[in-house]
Amino acid sequence: MATALETVREYTGGEYKYGFVTDIEADIAPKGLSEDVIRLISAKKQDPDWLTEMRLAAYKRWQTMTEPTWQKVDYEPIDYQAISYYAAPKIKERPKSLDEIDPEIRRTYEKLGIPIKEQEILAGVAVDYVFDSVSVATTFRKKLHELGIIFCSISEAIQDHPELVRKYLGSVVPAGDNFFAALNAAVFTDGSFVYIPKGVRCPMELSTYFRINEKGTGQFERTLIIADEGSYVSYLEGCTAPQRDENQLHAAVVELIALDDAEIKYSTVQNWYPGDSEGKGGIYNFVTKRGACRGKNSKISWTQVETGSAITWKYPSCILQGDNSVGEFYSVAVTNNRQQADTGTKMIHIGKNTRSRIVAKGISAGTSDSTYRGLVKVLKSAEGARNYTQCDSMLIGDKCGAHTVPYIEVRNRSAKCEHEATTSKISDDQLFYCRQRGISEEDAVALIVNGFCREVMDELPMEFAVEARKLLAISLEHSVG
Amino acid sequence: MLEIKDLQATIEGQDKQILNGLSLTVRPGEVHAIMGPNGSGKSTLAYVLSGRDGYEVTGGSATLDGEDLLELEPEERAAAGLFLAMQYPVEIPGVSNMYFLRQAMNSIRKARGEEEISAGAFMKLVKERAALLGVGGELLKRDVNRGFSGGEKKRNEILQMAMLQPRICILDETDSGLDIDALRTVADGVNAMRSPDRGFLIITHYQRLLDYIVPDHVHVLAKGRIQTSGDRSLALELEEKGYGGVLGAEFAEVAA
Repeated sequence: MATALETVREYTGGEYKYGFVTDIEADIAPKGLSEDVIRLISAKKQDPDWLTEMRLAAYKRWQTMTEPTWQKVDYEPIDYQAISYYAAPKIKERPKSLDEIDPEIRRTYEKLGIPIKEQEILAGVAVDYVFDSVSVATTFRKKLHELGIIFCSISEAIQDHPELVRKYLGSVVPAGDNFFAALNAAVFTDGSFVYIPKGVRCPMELSTYFRINEKGTGQFERTLIIADEGSYVSYLEGCTAPQRDENQLHAAVVELIALDDAEIKYSTVQNWYPGDSEGKGGIYNFVTKRGACRGKNSKISWTQVETGSAITWKYPSCILQGDNSVGEFYSVAVTNNRQQADTGTKMIHIGKNTRSRIVAKGISAGTSDSTYRGLVKVLKSAEGARNYTQCDSMLIGDKCGAHTVPYIEVRNRSAKCEHEATTSKISDDQLFYCRQRGISEEDAVALIVNGFCREVMDELPMEFAVEARKLLAISLEHSVG
Repeated sequence: MLEIKDLQATIEGQDKQILNGLSLTVRPGEVHAIMGPNGSGKSTLAYVLSGRDGYEVTGGSATLDGEDLLELEPEERAAAGLFLAMQYPVEIPGVSNMYFLRQAMNSIRKARGEEEISAGAFMKLVKERAALLGVGGELLKRDVNRGFSGGEKKRNEILQMAMLQPRICILDETDSGLDIDALRTVADGVNAMRSPDRGFLIITHYQRLLDYIVPDHVHVLAKGRIQTSGDRSLALELEEKGYGGVLGAEFAEVAA
């Protein structure tokens, strides 16, 4: 396992390692949003009529909505007419095998450390590669297919499995849910689709790697994961983007559905470009993620490590419908320089004996601001519901902020909710202790922060825990002294 | 090897001189004890030598094997072979004791241009040395110093020292908060590390520790400088007569 020391050494020099741009000819939609643009996207995606209608309805709805302002983040108004809603690397046809993929794209993913290959490093992980608006490759499809597992881009799923997509798309996050979800429903271009059939335990991690490359575009991906009765899947998403002076919008929607006795474990390592130390550039990450535990004894577990983005607005949630269903949310949010994160979760208890657990760790450095915002709602029907919430904040330096905004609504007398919150600082004593033992200041910060986040890191699949630890170290470079 | 000459230091932002022209030489293989009343500058000496923030050196010098310590960052001093066993070891939640030890060891090895120790070799070494100090496997797995008793914390300090094999070991009131049994274990650990190429600077209030770690030289620090030096018998005399009795009435006031 790589130590934090190796990490920092490996990354000294470049602050954001993934900031390069791939030079590839792209097919880009004209800037701005209108019915025509939506029809254009829909035509490019060869949408069935029902989907085109769904997009247009969402667009109409979006026009009546206003951007939310309740979150604790500041940013210049987004000009939605200045964004291009579709950008795809020009490829004549979808490559039939992994060998046919454009060498430029192939090199991009090699540089990002996730080569498009079904071997070596990523042996136990199947990956869907999303480049700007389209999925460019998905590995291990055959092997998964043998088990009846569908893992492909959502565009392909719309063509090949329309009945599944139509049944579940928008069933957890309806188009009218919020401003950004409506926008996504109107313009989403690609993303991943997963279906695990009854009783199947997915033998490998499924993963999507999102890359924004093109300038002046946004990424609006849509992910839909369905775990049928008694199945299990662990899924991970990773994201990076080039270093640009402008802000780019990322407004994704992720929907998870777990039927009876099914379990979905969804992990995110989010490393979008955070902007420079002055706050210039960076991704605006406005994401709606929600899982429905529809079946009894089902379980959905969100784990997120959020280190990137200029703004993070994200509340992965669980609707605990099925009796005895379980929702979990484990989060580490790191902000440095001018980054702002307003993130948390919603746990909606509907079924009997539903349980939820929230462990949120916020680390703020520089002049950044980090907010935990969470809702635990126990409906009248949720006899015997339980929730445990723990929010810990760590401050590095004296110019950053950490805020905790927990909402708890309980309508059933038998419910039990616990909430614990702490705020701490890395003390000079801890730093000196580490340094006296030979550990440099930056390594010491990484060590202490990793310790602070351990409960959450332990939830990540092994392959990604190492990467996540490195990311923490890099995000906090130059945060002390 | 450790040469301290006319060292003067203040607490940052304060005028009051805490170290007031302190000179001391520790040669390889020697054990020096520094005793002194409260406020005499004992802990300040340890912190100034190890490079803790918050102190300002206003004069004099300190070198280790000819290298100017005062120019180095704390981690560079550690790599140069200086180790400070702290009076109050801090807790680092979520970081296992074993992981911390290995990172410390590898950091120092890297700084010296040596190869990292392999996981296997490290495990073997840490188990061996931990057993000598009566540090159980369970303690190695726990978070650094978290929930450790006073005795466990101090034993853990000595274990770190045994793993890092420093040139010069500074023990800052390692005996405070220890019962007799723990004191004996710690002293055994230190004695096992005595060697012809390693020096010790043992800072203590009480001569009790020196019954177990027998020093070659004893110095009495007061008002920021060494007032008198001698051998083991000086410590015994201090115990009998007190600082005032040995140094004169004016020094007794400092202690009060």
